[in-house]
Amino acid sequence: MSSALLEVRGLKVAYGGIHAVKGVDFYIAPGELVALIGSNGAGKTTTLKTLAGLHAASSGQIHYNGLSLLHIPAHQRVAMGMALVPEGRGVFARLSVAENLLMGAYTRGDKAQIDDDLARMYALFPRLVERRDQLAGTLSGGEQQMLAMARALMSRPRLLMLDEPSMGLAPLMVKKIFETIKEVAAQGMSILLVEQNARLALQVASRGYVMESGAITLSGVSAELLGSDAVQRAYLGG
Amino acid sequence: MKKLKFSKQHVLFSVLFVSVMLLPFATDALLGRGWVRIVDFAMLYIMLALGLNIVVGYAGLLDLGYIAFFAVGAYCYALTGSPHLALAFPLLFPDGLHLSFWIVLPLAALLAGGFGALLGAPTLRLRGDYLAIVTLGFGEIIRIFMNNLNAPINLTNGPQGISRIDPVSVAGVALNTTQQVFGIELPSVHLYFYLFLSFTALVVFVSRRLEKSRIGRAWMAIREDEIAASAMGINTRNLKLLAFAMGAAFGGVSGTLFAGFQGFVSPESFSLMESVMVLCMVVLGGMGNIYGVILGGLLLALLPEVLRHSVVPLQQALFGRIVIDPESLRMLLFGTALIAVMLYRPAGLWPSGVRRRELESDEVAP
Repeated sequence: MSSALLEVRGLKVAYGGIHAVKGVDFYIAPGELVALIGSNGAGKTTTLKTLAGLHAASSGQIHYNGLSLLHIPAHQRVAMGMALVPEGRGVFARLSVAENLLMGAYTRGDKAQIDDDLARMYALFPRLVERRDQLAGTLSGGEQQMLAMARALMSRPRLLMLDEPSMGLAPLMVKKIFETIKEVAAQGMSILLVEQNARLALQVASRGYVMESGAITLSGVSAELLGSDAVQRAYLGG
Repeated sequence: MKKLKFSKQHVLFSVLFVSVMLLPFATDALLGRGWVRIVDFAMLYIMLALGLNIVVGYAGLLDLGYIAFFAVGAYCYALTGSPHLALAFPLLFPDGLHLSFWIVLPLAALLAGGFGALLGAPTLRLRGDYLAIVTLGFGEIIRIFMNNLNAPINLTNGPQGISRIDPVSVAGVALNTTQQVFGIELPSVHLYFYLFLSFTALVVFVSRRLEKSRIGRAWMAIREDEIAASAMGINTRNLKLLAFAMGAAFGGVSGTLFAGFQGFVSPESFSLMESVMVLCMVVLGGMGNIYGVILGGLLLALLPEVLRHSVVPLQQALFGRIVIDPESLRMLLFGTALIAVMLYRPAGLWPSGVRRRELESDEVAP
């Protein structure tokens, strides 16, 4: 799998005496949309945070673009093209929408290109244009999710990592967000999508991994996973 | 139209400038020379409040030991600009060390900044209440050190403090003397006023530039959400250390000026109450807004003096004796004022635009 954009091998993460991730292996090929599904507390968010450099791995390997990430701090991973949309969106509540977007381009210095990308984001999320000067904290949950995604895209990532984008959103808004995810993926972006909503996630992803209490128990092409009895029983209520 | 607006601003600025320049003369004529001195102290407090505003207002790191950096700056100049070192090292400095203020100033800023980073490093993972407790402890440690470092080597002269500190000299003119400029008599307090005014202007300028800079925006992002800030590619560790160091350096500069102005420093001036006072200036005035912080500093620095000069005569006139000691009354009024501001103007007297917008929309949202 040397052609993978991201390759994780035997990743273990522990903090506060709890082994949250107990040795997981997975990969993402360039341009692929991969879903990591599982119930609450399975270790999905911890895995994602470790990939972003916000948690230290206790053992295992993470290779991104052929480079080991183990000793690379979080802020440098952004410059390398990894962008995280954190759980609960993490918008900067007391900064305006426009300022939030600019923060996304923090690692970049090319003023003209940043302006171009701002325009692209406003085109991708027209809702944000009207709200441009509003404080991010005053947006609705769905708008905040859009903002968080747009902000992450402002760093011009190669790999976009989304943590529970559907969390706490109205069904209509969830649909909208997932349409945007598909649209971004269609433009060739590699995406790692962490979701509790297994059906939704597998509908947009090409492949999926199922995580249970810190380990990956199932993996495969989305359609297969959607049809498998184990996934049906555990996550799809069928 | 545009030209008119420009000239309007221009006029406003000129009026403000002239009135500030005439302030010591007006104060002197109306209230007496003692009040010019009080205004000078108010300027030092404003500088302190602006420095703390970087740490608390921009980066959102609650610091309850900020006065320690003021102390570091003050003791820096007290040691290097007075005869005191002759006591500690009679062979090395028989007359003490009398370095020029302008040499000590940048060094003191640097040292205070270093202390700021020193406080910041072990507290990187702390936030809110926990950070407040550690910084409070740090402030007390510095004060207690100053209080006790008179043995085994008499470095700080303990509780007695260090006196006979050299005055600040500008272009060979010592500021503790009365000067004649174009036939106008400028007493020492006036000279210090202009010195402090220039430093305050500098601090305001630097604060404004920082606020609008990439660093300032990164601080605000950290204040809002540290994890998300880190996910934006912000080196949160370095930027938090920078906020501590930057704020501390401002405090150090202010302390150095204080030592030169006062001619005397002792640990008493750097108690926890002073840290609380400076924090109150920032919060009361309007956290994160430079002009609010200036207003807060001015009000809280002048309030105790106004009370001191009005409460005693008032009570004498009403009751023929002093019923309530002005010092206790000060704390009472102070507490009441704080509660009132927090109830009716929770974002401060002159909040930053952002905070105001936030509170307004909070009222509309639900």
